[in-house]
Formats: sequence, structure tokens, C-alpha cells
Amino acid sequence: MKIIKTCLSAMISGVLIFSPAFADKWSDQFPHIKATGDISGDCSYEKISKKNYKGKTLKINTHAVPVIGQPTALHAEQFSKLTGATVDVTHTPAGDLYAKAMVPFKAGQSPYDIVFGFSNFINDWRQYLAPVPKKYMNTKEMKDVTKSHVGVSSWDGTMYQYPVDGDRHYLKYRKDVIDNPEMQKKYKADTGKELKVPTTWKEYGEMAKYFNGWDWDGDGEKEYGSAEVMKKDDLMFAAFFSRSVAYAKNPRTPGGFFFDLETMKPNINNPGFVEALTDWVEATKYVPPGGINFGLGDEIGSFGGGQTLFSFSWDDAFIAAMQDDSPIKNKVGTAPLPGADKVWNRVSGKWDNKYNQAPYIVWGWAVGVAKKSKVQEMAFDYLCFFSNGANHQADLAIGNFGVNPFKNSDFDPNLYIDTMGWDADIAKSYTKTLKDMEKSKNRVFPLRVRGVFEFTSAVATGTSKALAGQLSPQEALDEVAKEWEAIVKRVGKSAVQEDYAVGVKMEDNKL
Amino acid sequence: MNFKHKYVFLFPGLFVLIGILIFPIIFVVRLSLSGWNSYNGLNFIGLENYVRLFTDDPRFWESFIRLSFLSVTTVTLQYVIGFALAHMVWKEIKFQRFFRVLFLIPMMTTPVIMTVIWRTFFHESLGPVNDLLQIFDVAPKWLTDPTLAKITVIIVEVWQWTPFMFLLLLAGLLSLPKEPFLAAAIDGASPIRKFIYVTFPLMAPISIGAIIIRLIEASKIMDTVYVLTSGGPGTSTETSSFYIFIKGLREFQMGYAASMSFTYLIIMIISLTVIAKVLTKLLLKE
Repeated sequence: MKIIKTCLSAMISGVLIFSPAFADKWSDQFPHIKATGDISGDCSYEKISKKNYKGKTLKINTHAVPVIGQPTALHAEQFSKLTGATVDVTHTPAGDLYAKAMVPFKAGQSPYDIVFGFSNFINDWRQYLAPVPKKYMNTKEMKDVTKSHVGVSSWDGTMYQYPVDGDRHYLKYRKDVIDNPEMQKKYKADTGKELKVPTTWKEYGEMAKYFNGWDWDGDGEKEYGSAEVMKKDDLMFAAFFSRSVAYAKNPRTPGGFFFDLETMKPNINNPGFVEALTDWVEATKYVPPGGINFGLGDEIGSFGGGQTLFSFSWDDAFIAAMQDDSPIKNKVGTAPLPGADKVWNRVSGKWDNKYNQAPYIVWGWAVGVAKKSKVQEMAFDYLCFFSNGANHQADLAIGNFGVNPFKNSDFDPNLYIDTMGWDADIAKSYTKTLKDMEKSKNRVFPLRVRGVFEFTSAVATGTSKALAGQLSPQEALDEVAKEWEAIVKRVGKSAVQEDYAVGVKMEDNKL
Repeated sequence: MNFKHKYVFLFPGLFVLIGILIFPIIFVVRLSLSGWNSYNGLNFIGLENYVRLFTDDPRFWESFIRLSFLSVTTVTLQYVIGFALAHMVWKEIKFQRFFRVLFLIPMMTTPVIMTVIWRTFFHESLGPVNDLLQIFDVAPKWLTDPTLAKITVIIVEVWQWTPFMFLLLLAGLLSLPKEPFLAAAIDGASPIRKFIYVTFPLMAPISIGAIIIRLIEASKIMDTVYVLTSGGPGTSTETSSFYIFIKGLREFQMGYAASMSFTYLIIMIISLTVIAKVLTKLLLKE
């Protein structure tokens, strides 16, 4: 009798302890999806288990572990168990992903069936990738993908990259400081200004400077103003564009953010971009020591570890801050990127003194199936399975997986409250921030022209010279503009113009 | 007698030589005459890349000057420290074997991993070096100040590769004949005089070889820069090989990167030949 009682109580405790978990036959076998169980769809565990790929091999080149490399390997293992396929996963550092696929592509070979990379590779890779077949375009999962991410994964209406990740830059801040009445009073007394979520980069700078270099959270260590990606060649160009959009993306002057589409003259050294770079140089005074050598990993660690008041870039730093092991879980908030009180009008050649804010739908992880792959159907099945409802929701909860929201269903705050234990108001502000970016009509999309790396590398070199004090912001951006003109000349003006027109159509809301 | 068949035995070696040495160089030259990049194939554009390099790319030449400074400085320091350590364990001292192995450890570690560890050491807000220096109320910007970043690169390079110099010089010291030292001892030469007039001259041929080998290696410095600073802040630690890497494998301008590589190869052959001649003249004077 005692034994039965013990067993019963153990069972009841088990049910109580694991009550948020969803038990079904698939989550029993695959604990990764224990929070939701299998979610019905065209590529659910149930559906994929009916496929038989025994004797077939799928070769994948993906990023190093953990970011995107870990979910690739995990879902490969699951896919293999479900279908009997052999899946070989190769892990490659981020900087080599482009060349590792491009060199064999150029030589007419296809050593991998699936290649992972970044969404701005699309123009160089698309001629070697198979368009996503109609069958997959019509799946329940694909219908849920946001319009902007369908656009990012497609080239002029044809989808070449299977959506597995969605990326945007937005502001992250320490809610326990900004919303703290005592801090608000102190800030007001010391500066005469209101402490609130910054809506302009100038406010961002003022607050970051004020909260730089002292222990404002009482943990016995100094905290700093802002953590940003400033390390040369480590995605810093994306951080610079995030700071530039407010000053240089004018909704009243369609026809190009990076270039004037008509003339293909670079806009990169116009006063809007120069103002943004001037702000950024100023930011070197309120980043943690060594902050101008921060790569993305450092930024995630710094903000996620509670070292700074602000940060802006991809979701990862925010998700890291909201993980269970984070010292600042539920102490952080999100908001759109700050704007500016003026925006450069390249048509009139003057500042428009109106408030301006523009979301930056930055590039993110992307993946395609090689045109020469002999197992295309299996490859697309794998990608469809990778991003099915259950896998996607489980991946979203893990900060270093690198999988961020890109489906309309991801904007439901309950998803984060129920499965990840977020505070309701944080989850609501997070999903609202993302949803508002989708709705905005003044967005900037990543540059996706031929030879895109030459352009972004020139930006990284120029801006890093300004951050290091080697050149003034104007001199640095003049140098970048000169380099951009040389690249356009080398690639061919009409070719770059043709490519750029596709991105401009998206920015001008015509696609 | 006809020994023509002997040439048959040369073929395997010749084949390997062509395959791994001659072919890549010829291919690089061909590549350098093309505009091969992400949007062009292996076309022919004549000397266009070389014209661009010599007339419109100051960044390459700046990176070359930086490289010259870094390699000469690091190799000089490695030589001085390596010689001192080799001299120390050449003599009969306590724990001689232990020290010989200890001094070799940095060379046996993987450069990239060690550089990551060094980067953590020098991390300006989280690293132990600045934590320690806080006692004296200083916090040097090891990786974000243009001058200090160069010094940091030099420190890591010297730490990693001094053991190589140490090994070559110790082998040289151990192979020196005993007689000149005995003669010097009979003449009552002091240790300093013995070093200046006996050890150092006898070590000259080995020193020249060691310096040239290290200069060749140091001129390829890449992983340390890549991991520590990515060539920054700005371009203050960017070296030729790192710049070629950016152009070739980041921007995929393979044709242009090939022209830089070939130019760099020619410059290195000429400058190392000159350096070897100068060193021979200086150190091997009768």
C-alpha cells in the first residue's frame, strides 16, 4: 500500500512539476519540443515521419556551433531518426561560409546539398540555388512567414532562400533603471531631463553618457552606457546602418537609401550618414573599456551579462538577457531603434526638421538548396522540418541558437509568457516592437547588390578609421564613397543599378 | 654506358614539385591577370589589377610598412630573448631539462587558441591584466589604442615564437666546438669577453639562418592579428597578409588578391635576399 502511495504521489508531483510541458509521443522521443509537443503542419514530426529516405545522404554546410550550427545539427539528427536518411553536417566559421559554397559553385561543383549563409548572399548565390518549389511555398508554415521576410528570402518575386530566421535591429534597455522612479528623479535633478526610453539617438547618447562608469545597479561593479558591435569587419557595418537610418532614410525621398537609384551616386557621405557617424564616434566615450573592439559575441555577453544600460542589434543579446540563467532576466525591455529630430533630404539638399524613425530589417541567417543537388526534395523537406512549428518555437527560446522571429504567429506575447517565463509586459513590448517594424512604411532592407561584400567591407574600414580617430567622420565617409564609386565602376553601373532596384522596390513599398 | 633511364626515377619528384610548387605559382599569376570575383569568372584583364595596386591602393602599402615594422621588431626581440634563454640553459644549471622543456611550451600550443586566451587576458573590461593594473590605477587600452594594439600584437608574437628561436640557437650552441672556449679560458677571458669574441661570432651562421627563417614566418603574420584585433582599431594593425585575406576571402576579389600576393612574393624574395646579404656582411666579417 505504501509503495502504491509513493508511486501515486511521485506521479502527481511529476505531473505538477512538468505541467507546462506538453507530452505527446513525439516530445517523448524528442525532448527538444517538450514545451509544445508536435504542432500540426505540412512538415510536422508526424508528417515527416511518413517519408522514407533510407539509403540517401544529405550534405549540409552550416555555421559553427552554437549559433545556427547547433540547431542545424540537432534537426539533422531528428530528421535522420524520422526518415532513415543519412545527414552529414559540416560546420564552418561565419567568415568562410560565403567562400566555402561560392568556390565550388564557381567551379561548377556542388559538394553540399544545403548551404547556410546570410540573406545578403542572395544575389551572388541565387544562380546556383534551386528556387523553393510551389509545394513548399503553399505549406502552412510558409504561409505564416511575414511579408518582409518573404521579401528578404526572395529575389524579384522568386524565393531562393528558405526562411529559417528573421532578423532586425532594435533597441534593448535596462528596464529596472529606465523605469525606476528613483533613477528618474536623480536623472532629472542632475540633468534637468526626463529619464525614459530614448526616442532619438541624441537622447540615447545623453543617457548612456550619464550612466557610464558607475555602479548603478548596486552589484559592486561598474556599469557602462552602451554595448555595440564596433570591431572592424565583425558586422560593424550593420551597426553603423542601424544608427544611420534615422538621419538618412527619408520617407519623402524614395529611390534609394544607400545610393540614388537614378544616378547611382553613393549617399553614404551625405550629411545624414555623417551625423550618424559623428554620434557613433561620440559613443566610444560611453561603451565599456575595450568596447571599440567588441564583436557580436562581446556585445551579447556585455548587455546580456548586465554590464550596460543600452544595446542595439539582433535579438540574441535580448534573448540571452531573458534566459533563465541571466542575472537580468525580466529586467530588460525592447523598443524600436531610436530616431532623430531631423532627417537629411537628398533632393532639397537640406535637413527636414521633422522627427524620423526607420526600422532596419537587417540581414540574417539564410539557407538554400543547391541547384545541382540530386536530393532536392529531401533537402527541402529537411528545411521545412527545420522550421516547423514545434522546432521553431523551441529554437526561439534558446538565445545562442540564432533563430529569431520571422512568422506572424511569433508576435503572440503568450508564446513567450507561457513557454519561456517572460513577464507579460516585457513579452508584450517585445512583440509590439517586432510587429511595428513589420507595419512600418519607412523601412531599410540590407544591401543585396552584386559584390555586396566589397561595399560593406569599405564601410567597415572607413567607419573603423573614424572610431579609432584616424579620420574625421566626413573624411572617413568621403573615403567610403570614393571606394563605392570605384566598386560600382568595376562591377558595372547598370548591373549594380539593376540589382539595387529590387531592394529599393521593397523599401519604397512597391513589392 | 647509357644512363638515360635514370631520368625516369626523377619523374615522381619532379611531378610533385610541379604539382605543389610550380603550378600554384603559375595559377596565381594567371589569376592575377583576371578579374575573378563573385560576379566575374576567370576572364583576362591584362595588367589592370597591378595598375590598381601600384597607383590606387595606398592601404596595401601602408599595411606592408606596418608588417615590416612588426616583423623586424618581433624577430629582433625573439632573437635577443631566445639567445639569452638558450645561453642560460646551455650552461649546467639546476633543473636544466625542466627549463629546456618549459621554454618550448608556447611554441607547441595552437596559435589561434593561444591568441584567444591572450585576447581574454588583455580584454579591457573583463581581462585579468587590467584587473591587476587597477592596483596602480591604470587601465591601458591594450586592444583599442592604435599604438598599444601594435605592442599587444608584438607581445603575443614574441611569446609564441621566441621558443622557436630558442630551439635553433640552443641546437647551435650545443654543436659549437669546445677548443675555442678552452683557449679563451686559458687566456683568462671574462664571461662577457668570451661571449663577445667567441660565442657570438661562432654562432653567427646559425643566427643568420634563424633570423631569416623567423623573418619569413613573421612576414606571414595573420592569425594573431585576425583574432586579437581584426586589423583594428581602424587599420592600425592591418598587415599585408591580413589585407590580402580581406580582399580575397572576405570580399571575394580573387583576381586582385592574387595580384597582391604575387607582388608581395616578389617583394619578399628581394628584401629577404638583401637582408641575408647585409646580415652575412655584418656578422660574418673575418
